[in-house]
Amino acid sequence: MTATDLAVLASPNASREAAPGVARTDVEAVNARPRRNLYEVRKNIYPKLAFGKFRLIKWAVMAVTLGIYYVLPWLRWNRGPGLPSQAFLLDFEHQRLYFGPLEIWPQEFYLITGLLVLSALALFLVTALAGRVWCGYACPQTVWTDLMIAVERFWQGDRNARIKLDATPWNADKVIRKGATHVTWLLVGLATGGAFVFYFRDAPTLAQELWSGTAPYVAWLFLGIFALTTYLLGGIAREQVCTYMCPWPRIQGAMFDADSFLVSYRPHRGEPRGPHKKGEAWDDRGDCVDCNQCVAVCPMGIDIRDGPQLECIQCALCIDACNSVMSKVGRPNLLIAYDTFHKLDAAAKGTPPRTKIVRPRTALYVGSIAVVAGLLLFALWNRSSLDVTVQADRNPLFVRLTDNSIRNGFTVKILNKRQQARRFGIGLDGLPNATLSIAGSDQATGLDIDVAPSTLREVKLYVSVPPAALRQLSGETTAFDVLVTDLGDKTSSRHATSFRRPTP
Amino acid sequence: MRAEQEIDEVSGVATTGHEWDGIKELNNPLPRWWLWVLYACILYAVGYWVAYPAWPGVSGYSAGLLGYSQRQVVATDVAAGKAAQGKFVAAIAGASLEGIRKDPELLRFALAGGRAAFANNCAQCHGRGAEGKPGYPNLNDDDWLWGGKLEDILTTLTVGVHSTSQATRFTQMPRFGLDKALAPAQINDAAEFVLSLSNRATDPDAVKRGKQLFADNCAACHGDAGKGKQDLGAPNLTDDIWLYGASKEAILTSIESGRGGVMPAWGGRLDATTLKQLALYVHELGGGK
Repeated sequence: MTATDLAVLASPNASREAAPGVARTDVEAVNARPRRNLYEVRKNIYPKLAFGKFRLIKWAVMAVTLGIYYVLPWLRWNRGPGLPSQAFLLDFEHQRLYFGPLEIWPQEFYLITGLLVLSALALFLVTALAGRVWCGYACPQTVWTDLMIAVERFWQGDRNARIKLDATPWNADKVIRKGATHVTWLLVGLATGGAFVFYFRDAPTLAQELWSGTAPYVAWLFLGIFALTTYLLGGIAREQVCTYMCPWPRIQGAMFDADSFLVSYRPHRGEPRGPHKKGEAWDDRGDCVDCNQCVAVCPMGIDIRDGPQLECIQCALCIDACNSVMSKVGRPNLLIAYDTFHKLDAAAKGTPPRTKIVRPRTALYVGSIAVVAGLLLFALWNRSSLDVTVQADRNPLFVRLTDNSIRNGFTVKILNKRQQARRFGIGLDGLPNATLSIAGSDQATGLDIDVAPSTLREVKLYVSVPPAALRQLSGETTAFDVLVTDLGDKTSSRHATSFRRPTP
Repeated sequence: MRAEQEIDEVSGVATTGHEWDGIKELNNPLPRWWLWVLYACILYAVGYWVAYPAWPGVSGYSAGLLGYSQRQVVATDVAAGKAAQGKFVAAIAGASLEGIRKDPELLRFALAGGRAAFANNCAQCHGRGAEGKPGYPNLNDDDWLWGGKLEDILTTLTVGVHSTSQATRFTQMPRFGLDKALAPAQINDAAEFVLSLSNRATDPDAVKRGKQLFADNCAACHGDAGKGKQDLGAPNLTDDIWLYGASKEAILTSIESGRGGVMPAWGGRLDATTLKQLALYVHELGGGK
């Protein structure tokens, strides 16, 4: 029996006779059109504006996140001449990531990895505690969709006005309203795309270049891509992204458990639902007056009373809507609330509710966060401003000279991570009577190496050992240290390598 | 005939009919806009075929209306690279070898160019690390047959040794044995004397006899003390660096059959700037004078 069958039977006009003497069989073709939905046509959603605590929280989160996103590239940080003056800059061109005082070299990318791991663990913890908080408040898709809906509401009015406008045939008013909405959406998209490219190239410079048409074509390309995707995904696709495109809803479902606080309808309070007349008693019925406000404000267009579902991003606007209605009818708030499965079961059965925040899952996440954060802080604390690599030549391993001394070649890379130029001296320890020279240098500079700020310099070092000293060595390989000394502050770093010679 | 479909109670949607360890999958309908996106992608693909190289034929391929070619892209990139290098190449062409060596930026470019040219042209004989092998000199050390100054290295590169060039360097290590200039016993004595120059003689009497032989036959080119003469290409016999091997057998063979190694003349094959870069590269391998 389908719903259609029941409706037909319930209808007062249902007849058991097709014609006098001919019975009417109740049957429907298996491939009748209503059952044969191969593709789902998108139903338009017109979210109504909700008023309440969670709506205010969402506005605040939007303001903070968008504020950070748009403003951050414009903050300045003086690093000296020759280096960028933007506080937050992902300088792919010069292979540096700048975060205020922190300058991350490609060799240190593991710090970014650590940060991402930390963010992921924090997300897991928050989800285990309070469900899809990311989806409902902080996800860029949610924030921009919320913004686009606000724009739509500004130009076209709230829910009822928008439904009416869509039903109206095209006239001047509709053209203006719809046009203005889409133009504003495109402008928001442009601003978003613009802000994005400012993270990769100095903002004031790039802004000037964009304005005068001299910006590199890559900047235009990404600006265009992000403008278009913001407009399409935030303005047009909206909830389709969350339901069909994003993997996160499917992962999030595995991230919470029966003790996570999720936006839930409380059926033990709300059922049985039905309209309520003034003066009627509230015994023998639930608090839910079936006003459908929870469905009307939902940006995903779903009914939370159906229970937890993949489409629900847990933005809690239905809580605000229901609370407004509950105050109006004089019933207690929180018919829809952040609640856990265990507590809902307990309330239904009448047993005492248990809130379990500390449990193995959350403890494990907190522990992991502590460990990763500790490792990150340790790595950051121990970052040196000087990195040296000493690589011995493999071909040839050694060179015999005319005076019968043996010479080894080494490639020494000095990474000056400070923002001032530095001069370094090279020495060695553990190889008596060896002479050093640097390829390409003459008597004047000798073994001094100047390295520009925030740069890597590579030099070729030759170490020669005369025959008399060779006789003091044993074996084919002799370990020794290369010393790199900052001639300014006299700090030095030591790097182990080895000297090779022919079998004695 | 389709079997009985299972409808999920909660969602009212049919399942796919499969079950894995108790887990079933709902068969929700596909959003219609996915279908439109698929059609758009198909249209885009067809457009791509028209615009870009797409379909192979029996002997050719569909080149596309835009005339795009990856070979052309590479050629353009190489030309752009060469144009970018033009400034340095011109500077190197105009400067002296010593002048380039003193300019750090020019030197860096020259060494990089030299390294690339060396790998393409020289490594086949002299080895990837210029370490050489028997018959092919080790270019890392400070032992030079024809001089280790920048100008000397450049000349050797340009004209070669025993090469086809008119101006080639030419050396003559006589075939004392084959041409019957010395008897086998005399060759042995001479070899022993040569060994004694680097303290490796095995027969002191032969050394005494060889001393006079050396003065008469060898000193003219190799010098009275055996230190070699770089304008004649005669090696230094007193060090431990031996082009054809350090053993007595190798020295005997050199005296017996002579030597005349060939170094190609690169003057006609590589342009002048590349030769300069190569000369600098070899010089800076550590043994340049």
